[in-house]
Amino acid sequence: MSQVLDKFKAQVVQGKLSRRELMRSAAALGLALPIAGSLLSQSAMASTPNKGGRMILGLAGGATTDSLDPALALAQVAFIILKAWGNTLVAVSPTDGSAQPELAESWEAQPGAKIWTFQLRKGVAFHNGQEMTSNDVVKTLQRHSGEDTKSAALGIMRGIESIKADGKYKVIIELKSGNADLPYLLTDYHLVIQPNGGLDNPTAAIGTGPYEMESNEPGVRFVGKKFKDHFNSAIGHVDYVELRVLNDQTARMSALRSGQIHAANLLDPKTAKLMDRLPNVSVQNTSGKAHYLFPMHCDKAPFENNDLRLAMKYAINREEMVERILHGYGSVGNDIPINGAYSLFSTDIEQRSYDPDKAAFHYKKSGHSGAIQLDVSDVAFPGAVDAGLLYQQQAKKAGIDIKVNRLPSDGYWSNVWNKKPFCASYTGGRATQDQHYSVFYSSPADWNDTKWRRPKFDSLLKQAQIELDQGKRKALYREMAIMMRDDGGAIIPMFNDYVDGITSKLQGFTKDPAGSLSNGNVISQCWLA
Amino acid sequence: MATQHQTLGQLVVRRLLLGVVLLLLISLIIFAGTELLPGDVAQSILGQSATPEAVRNLRLEMGLDRPAAERYLSWLSNILQGDLGTSLSSGRDIGDMIGDRLGNTLFLASSAAIIAVPLAVFLGLIAVLHRNGIVDKIISISTISMISLPEFFIGYLLILLVAVQLNWLPSSSIVYNSMSFAERLQAIALPCITLTLVCLAHMMRMTRAAILNVMSSAYIETAQLKGLSPFRVIFHHAFPNAISPIITVIVLNLAYLVVGVVVVEIIYVYPGMGQLLVDHVTNRDVPVVQAVGLIFAAIYILLNMFADIMAIVANPRLRHPK
Repeated sequence: MSQVLDKFKAQVVQGKLSRRELMRSAAALGLALPIAGSLLSQSAMASTPNKGGRMILGLAGGATTDSLDPALALAQVAFIILKAWGNTLVAVSPTDGSAQPELAESWEAQPGAKIWTFQLRKGVAFHNGQEMTSNDVVKTLQRHSGEDTKSAALGIMRGIESIKADGKYKVIIELKSGNADLPYLLTDYHLVIQPNGGLDNPTAAIGTGPYEMESNEPGVRFVGKKFKDHFNSAIGHVDYVELRVLNDQTARMSALRSGQIHAANLLDPKTAKLMDRLPNVSVQNTSGKAHYLFPMHCDKAPFENNDLRLAMKYAINREEMVERILHGYGSVGNDIPINGAYSLFSTDIEQRSYDPDKAAFHYKKSGHSGAIQLDVSDVAFPGAVDAGLLYQQQAKKAGIDIKVNRLPSDGYWSNVWNKKPFCASYTGGRATQDQHYSVFYSSPADWNDTKWRRPKFDSLLKQAQIELDQGKRKALYREMAIMMRDDGGAIIPMFNDYVDGITSKLQGFTKDPAGSLSNGNVISQCWLA
Repeated sequence: MATQHQTLGQLVVRRLLLGVVLLLLISLIIFAGTELLPGDVAQSILGQSATPEAVRNLRLEMGLDRPAAERYLSWLSNILQGDLGTSLSSGRDIGDMIGDRLGNTLFLASSAAIIAVPLAVFLGLIAVLHRNGIVDKIISISTISMISLPEFFIGYLLILLVAVQLNWLPSSSIVYNSMSFAERLQAIALPCITLTLVCLAHMMRMTRAAILNVMSSAYIETAQLKGLSPFRVIFHHAFPNAISPIITVIVLNLAYLVVGVVVVEIIYVYPGMGQLLVDHVTNRDVPVVQAVGLIFAAIYILLNMFADIMAIVANPRLRHPK
């Protein structure tokens, strides 16, 4: 009984259970209402941060091949390690996805968004005792944008013409062409500021972050110790954070169940509901930018015909996909690769729904006959093969014959994706709408996996890039989204949630659409009960 | 005596030479096998972001553009000079990478062996002592049912019972350098028990069968007629004469403990050779797969050779060939 109550309490604090639901459940347990009410206030009181302790996370996404060099960081574990010891100039707001000051206090752009001035926070200390100044910022950004850099952030740094220091606390960045999104690009997790840009020793793991590195064994474990002189005393509640690499699903789940770890990422949606029923574990699903899609090549038959593309879009039952493939941990897509997790997205665009009649109408109009081959493999996304078969059944009702071609994982990304005219794929999303569209949907993009090339779309993209008025930008992005939805080559049935699990010992968890485990900030925002 | 030592010495040298030839063949087979897998390290590193140029650049950087035979020969000449090379995916020195991992694997294997070998022999002796009785049946049924279950099943069962329900031992066996010896033992407890359960039955059954075989001999009857206690008959008279097949099966099980732990290491997230191998096969990182494969093969060959030599040493008839 008390376990059940604890679970309810935890759910109220985590916002999983509304006040009314709590009252109803309490009544069902035979509790008098005043007692349930006091339960609620107790829980609310418990949410002042506790200090101290050792927070342990069990994470998938680490390998013996991981490097501590921020330029080479890839996947979840390396990402959260960077969150522990480093800070970026700009952070993403968990509430509205906007750019927020971190190591930079403020910034402004000259009209045309070509020249930007960043004012740095004063008195920020590195773990080695030095003060962070403009020189460190300039060197860091230069290291990631140089000609011969191997940095994974090069793609977003390519547009930078020059980076200069102006005094100790000011940095001026000049771009090759205007980009109103520069602050967002600087939120990229690779761009943590290192002393002298990390040129002396890129893998030293010395930064300004809330935890200093204590020990690190790639692919096994990372331990960070609280950094006493961190500039923000409101974060970093525990003495130590420990990240354990638990790539095996069952190992991660059993560690969470037995309370050996306080939080785990990447729960399997199939078993997440069962995990959520345990008294000491709660499942936290966060809707983000990641989505599953079926790209069609708009330059190849039969997909060059927009009626056929529309037929295919109307023939997919998005709700059923979310229910059956994501087990409810996700939301429906609208054939637009952008959703509410991005800033400047218009949520008022009409949702496309499953309509076999409309699908049949467009299919007939397209004049196509015969089977349409869809290439799938479970490496595209978990459950891609099932999704293909489900789609086949749904489309059958509209008289469309989809032939599902099941392929092995090996070589899928090299030989099938971006090569075959119709296949399954996934995307993790990008920092901004501009970035996502530029990488996947602008005409010259390497990864234009729908081969959808529209000069009008490209020019709108350019226009929005240099528009500093947020209202006007939002209108431009709305127009582009509608173009994508009604003419584009991507069928986007679902956005998959990040599914994390936390134990009742971990408090103060918030959902951040930018990434799993509060966008990695779980280590600095949460505390132990 | 002199001739006898020579024959044994000659045998060892001959077996060692044969072992080297075997290793060469094995390295060729591993290389050919990884070549046959679809995709290569460049494609698997780049994944979804594999544009043709990127794949080409990476292959060029890794020297994958050279013909397979040439790559194999240059790898071979390096390894003959004691250089295992560097990993394609991380650029780390393979020797360094394997050092720690091999230590961990050997630690787990030897801990399991220290428990499993005496226990198996002891259970075998008990089974013979109470042969065909209830104790014998219980020992046989329980060990054989353990061996009939795949090791991952036993592993998950133990995790569920011991780690999740009872919360006695940790479910994941992460070990690191700053751990004390006691902490390390606690961490490996579950994989160690799993391995013990898996290899117990083999050794126990062989001990039982070998001793029972000897038990029908005339000299055992003599010993029994002398009025010796059953345990003394078995331990002092039957066991020494049955030792040779027992040693063989024990050594083969030791080899299994070292090279067969891949699945157990993955279940318990134990940072050993098995996990290293799986990580790098997934990445098509051929030099690492080659190195790990060769080490596994060498251990297998050496232990097999050891088993044969021990069998000869333990058997006077083989020790003094006519």
